[in-house]
Amino acid sequence: MSEWWTYTLSDLLMFSKPTYFRLFALLNEAVWPAHLLAILAGLALVAAILRGAGKAGRLAAALLAICWIWVAWTYHAQRYAGINLAAPYFAMAFALQTVLLCWLGTHRRAPAIASWRGPLGGLAFGLVLAGLLVYPLFAVFDGRGWQQAEVFGIAPDPTVAVTLGMLLLWRAPWFLWILPLLWCAVSGATLMELRSPQAWVMPAAGLLALAAMFIARLRMRPLPRQHQHTSVTG
Amino acid sequence: MSLPSIERRRILTAALQAMLAAGACAFAPPLLAQQPLVTRPIPSSGEQLPVVGLGSWITFNVGDDAQARAACTEVVKAFFAGGGRLIDSSPMYGSAQSVIGDALARLQHPQALFSADKVWTGSNGAAQIETSRKLWRIPRFDLLQVHNLLAIDAQLPLLQRMKATKRLRYVGITTSEGRRHGEIVKLMESQPLDFVQVSYNVLDREVENRILPLARERRIAVIVNRPFRQGELTHSLAGKPLPGWAAEIGCTSWAQVLLKFIVSHPDVTCAIPATSNPRHALDNMLAARGPMPDQNLRRRIVAEVKKLT
Repeated sequence: MSEWWTYTLSDLLMFSKPTYFRLFALLNEAVWPAHLLAILAGLALVAAILRGAGKAGRLAAALLAICWIWVAWTYHAQRYAGINLAAPYFAMAFALQTVLLCWLGTHRRAPAIASWRGPLGGLAFGLVLAGLLVYPLFAVFDGRGWQQAEVFGIAPDPTVAVTLGMLLLWRAPWFLWILPLLWCAVSGATLMELRSPQAWVMPAAGLLALAAMFIARLRMRPLPRQHQHTSVTG
Repeated sequence: MSLPSIERRRILTAALQAMLAAGACAFAPPLLAQQPLVTRPIPSSGEQLPVVGLGSWITFNVGDDAQARAACTEVVKAFFAGGGRLIDSSPMYGSAQSVIGDALARLQHPQALFSADKVWTGSNGAAQIETSRKLWRIPRFDLLQVHNLLAIDAQLPLLQRMKATKRLRYVGITTSEGRRHGEIVKLMESQPLDFVQVSYNVLDREVENRILPLARERRIAVIVNRPFRQGELTHSLAGKPLPGWAAEIGCTSWAQVLLKFIVSHPDVTCAIPATSNPRHALDNMLAARGPMPDQNLRRRIVAEVKKLT
């Protein structure tokens, strides 16, 4: 259909800012008390980062995989699809990322978590903490109230922010980065079109994580063989 | 104690002046509401349509949100209360069709409804139209339009066949934001169309050059979308005082001025502002009443809006 080129993002984004953010209030109300499990998952991720062993890496991958499929189903497929024709495709993308995280978590070589100390580790840990603690506050800063808070494991943006931090700490293979980075672009474009003040957050998180990943890869090359946990990037 | 008559007259005059000064705007809408509704004929049939309709793009796409659906019902209720008839939607507008269907059912299917929808698919248009009809919960559509000319070669003959077999009353085509006007013109010149839908507002006036004169020549009704540039114009003008001349055409809001500019064009049949606010729906409908701006005032509207935005 050659006519598709005539559409711009503003033509395809056919919902208002209040409608978009109301989705989170309705989602939060519908899935409560799943938030308590999400908080536990977040704490487990922080513990895994602090511990940093191979099993902790597998646990972190499993927890994130559960979060991605949960967001795919409860948010994209069940709610966002009601106002956005593209949401079923987002659900499929999130399900695919779940598969990739499962692959990472069950790979014969456990996904070791690099140290959170140092600039790159600090940035990665910062992304995780931002996704867990800061992102939910944006609803309050924007005057929308706690009911519309976007929470890790429930809403896509904070889940992706935390994932970016973990991918960096894992020095994960490139194909695990594709969908989270694409989501950063989609989220940024959507919120920009809705003129939301938080539109810059996800693109900035994606760019920071991407830059840090390239730096980490450059640093990895001369590493001796005993640093096996970082060689999974191939 | 009785006041001297001169003192009583002074007090009454002052009170009246204060009431007029403080409540001019509050008094104006009821006065405008008492004016007859301005309608235009659909050239192909002569059927009269109020010059202001109701769009549903963005505003009615609220998903399953019960609270927002109830608010949309109030908008539709206010629209009909204000004398409105034409409601426009599309399968492209997410949940808007189902929200309209909900509202119509809750309002017990107002008889005044003139249902306008679109076909927007590259494949099975008939199936999509049937899905849309079920979402609206109506026996048939009054008007179906090929949305943004998508798959026009397949969908326009389908709509013409539906009209020929009395399953549809009117056929149209749509575009928005100035896209593909060349193709729109060719279709207007070559196809038997009842309606064409285009974007037109105080600042986007390209259609005045070719499409509107052609619509008059070919006797095609014109529906105008994006009358407020997706809220951009009303947003920029919010809080800015209305010029004195607005009172000449009975306007008490910028939205009414913007709409009256559009519907005062003799070749426009109906403008379809979208809103999620029932008060705005009523306010918009007032633009279909009272005096319309003449050529001179239309020029002043354009100049003023350009200056303020």
